[in-house]
Amino acid sequence: MNLTRLLAIVVKELRQLRRDRLTFAMILGIPTMQLLLFGFAINLDIRHIDAAIVDQAQTARSREVAADLEATGLLALQDVPAETPAQLIEALRQGRISVGIVLPPDLDRRLELRDRPAVQVMVDGSDQTVQAAARQLAALPMPGAKPAYQGVEVVNFYNPERRAPVNTVPGLIGLILTMTLVMFTGMALVRERERGNLEMLIATPVSPWELTLGKVLPFVAIGLVQVTVVLLLGKLVFAVPIRGHLLEVYAAALLFIIANLSLGILISTLARSQFQAMQLAFFVFLPQILLSGFMFPFAGMPRAAQWLAEVLPMTHFIRLIRGIMVRGAGLADLPGDMLALAAIAAVLLTVSTRRMPKSLD
Amino acid sequence: MTPTKSPSGAQDTGDAAIAITARGLTKRFGALVAVDHVNLSIPRAQVYGFLGPNGSGKSTTLRMLCGLLTPSEGQVDVLGLRIPEQAEALKRRIGYMTQKFSLYEDLTVLENLQFLAAVHDLSRAQAKARVAQAIERFHFGDRLGQLAGTLSGGQKQRLALAGSILHEPELLLLDEPTSAVDPESRRDFWASLFELADAGTTLLVSTHYMDEAERCHRLAILESGRLVADGTPAELTAALPGKVWRLRAAQTRAAERALRATPGVLGVAQIGTDLRVLATHALDEAALRAPVDGLGLEAIEPVAPNLEDVFVAATRDRARAAGAAGTTTSGTPA
Repeated sequence: MNLTRLLAIVVKELRQLRRDRLTFAMILGIPTMQLLLFGFAINLDIRHIDAAIVDQAQTARSREVAADLEATGLLALQDVPAETPAQLIEALRQGRISVGIVLPPDLDRRLELRDRPAVQVMVDGSDQTVQAAARQLAALPMPGAKPAYQGVEVVNFYNPERRAPVNTVPGLIGLILTMTLVMFTGMALVRERERGNLEMLIATPVSPWELTLGKVLPFVAIGLVQVTVVLLLGKLVFAVPIRGHLLEVYAAALLFIIANLSLGILISTLARSQFQAMQLAFFVFLPQILLSGFMFPFAGMPRAAQWLAEVLPMTHFIRLIRGIMVRGAGLADLPGDMLALAAIAAVLLTVSTRRMPKSLD
Repeated sequence: MTPTKSPSGAQDTGDAAIAITARGLTKRFGALVAVDHVNLSIPRAQVYGFLGPNGSGKSTTLRMLCGLLTPSEGQVDVLGLRIPEQAEALKRRIGYMTQKFSLYEDLTVLENLQFLAAVHDLSRAQAKARVAQAIERFHFGDRLGQLAGTLSGGQKQRLALAGSILHEPELLLLDEPTSAVDPESRRDFWASLFELADAGTTLLVSTHYMDEAERCHRLAILESGRLVADGTPAELTAALPGKVWRLRAAQTRAAERALRATPGVLGVAQIGTDLRVLATHALDEAALRAPVDGLGLEAIEPVAPNLEDVFVAATRDRARAAGAAGTTTSGTPA
């Protein structure tokens, strides 16, 4: 390892980057766009679900129940011409409503006797989030009913208002870093190979470690800039708190950045063309998104998927960043994930460097 | 055909006059034998050429000699180092100019030179001095800020050469260096190469241009991975196994066909309105007049052989088997 040569490669990369407008735009554009899209679009606190009510009872009680349902704010009643449950099901199938509510002809009697549920809610099961939201209707008190005894108290820590950005923005840091960084270094070596630069580089005393680190280091800085952009926008636009230590956020991000960049270099040594590198980057991107717990809860995955998820850097990063930012935990509280992430980064960096070509064989 | 000279200095690799010795150098890519048991002995401070058509193994040989490719078989000693074992040590002492322009097109002339100086372990002061020297020597003073990708073909070659000698290598390998360059740039380029050789650098140049091959101090002719002849251009032409005739006939094409079909004629090439005929010593003037009888023969005379004739003679058998890939006119790709 020679510092002059390493520095020469870093300077070269930065100079090339400065002239590459598209990459430069991606560095800031992708985090901003993703953050705003996800921040505004993902809202787990769903309101105004398209719905229709069929009131077969047509009594004062049934109208009271209908008014109560509407008053929850959960439903947006649609003008669907439905007078029977069958017609409601038809409207569900056509996607005109997501929730259909039937107030049966004997509603009053059912409310008196309390032997059968008085109100039937039909939910479009093709959308899981609607399903979860509609379940809240079950808690609606019925007229004349005594308030049921709440035997269990659920206290929501860290995000009592259930604001989605508090959950999504920390995870988005992981998503954005994975998307951009793997791509950046994934292209790096293939591009040099395609343009013939590698044949020239191999004939110089440049060593694999110098080449790997020379390509990784500039992007480490860029990754940290991206983290800063997301944190700032998250704070300013979505009021996402950083409850833990800011330095620890950056420490976790640094390890994650190194892991992703090394993964990119590894892809670069495997791919034969820039197009192939992109395909490979996408190929490793998907499981990270799906299995890391960013999108779907880790606890619900089959055992095999959980094992696979444990070797993905994003899984550990998501746990770390949520711990630090949302729960105010320290790295010392999460030693397992910190060590796992460091180990993955070290292994990827070593393997990708080992695969760096020293000859044209 | 010139018998391949066995490298006399092969045993004493410490020989100060010999830069490279290779014995039984072979490279296989799967079933393809790209280089087939080549023996070489290349003296220092000379321009040594590798002449051969595309696919003859010139580039592969060059790459093995500078440690970029691992030979499948054979022994190579370059500047007293065993290759491929000591390839890393060799990299500090050689310059390699690739066939395709391989500097960074999105860096400026100056940035490329600075980068190359730094990766070749030059100290800051050394790098500064050498880069300034290169800029002066190759006339890049007014183009320092220009992106390398926007240079002309000739300028790119000059820049690549400037970049590959910044660290003053003892051995410089050039893979078809002038294939994308106009004649005047080529002349200047070759002048630079001879300057380097005079200063003690050993140069290996692969080419498929006859006129370039003729400039080399010594050269090796490769054909399908085999070394078919080597020596100085004068030695090679002197050892030509035949005689060269210039012949003019009214029906040029018909005469050419007739001569090609004549036993003992090794090659026929049209040069303007003349035919250049390479024939074995057994054929005399009368024997050549016979096949073109009735085709309006106007003149026939013996002429001095050149390197192209040597090339045609050396590669004739294989060229005939593979199709018409042997004959060329001066200055065009073989």
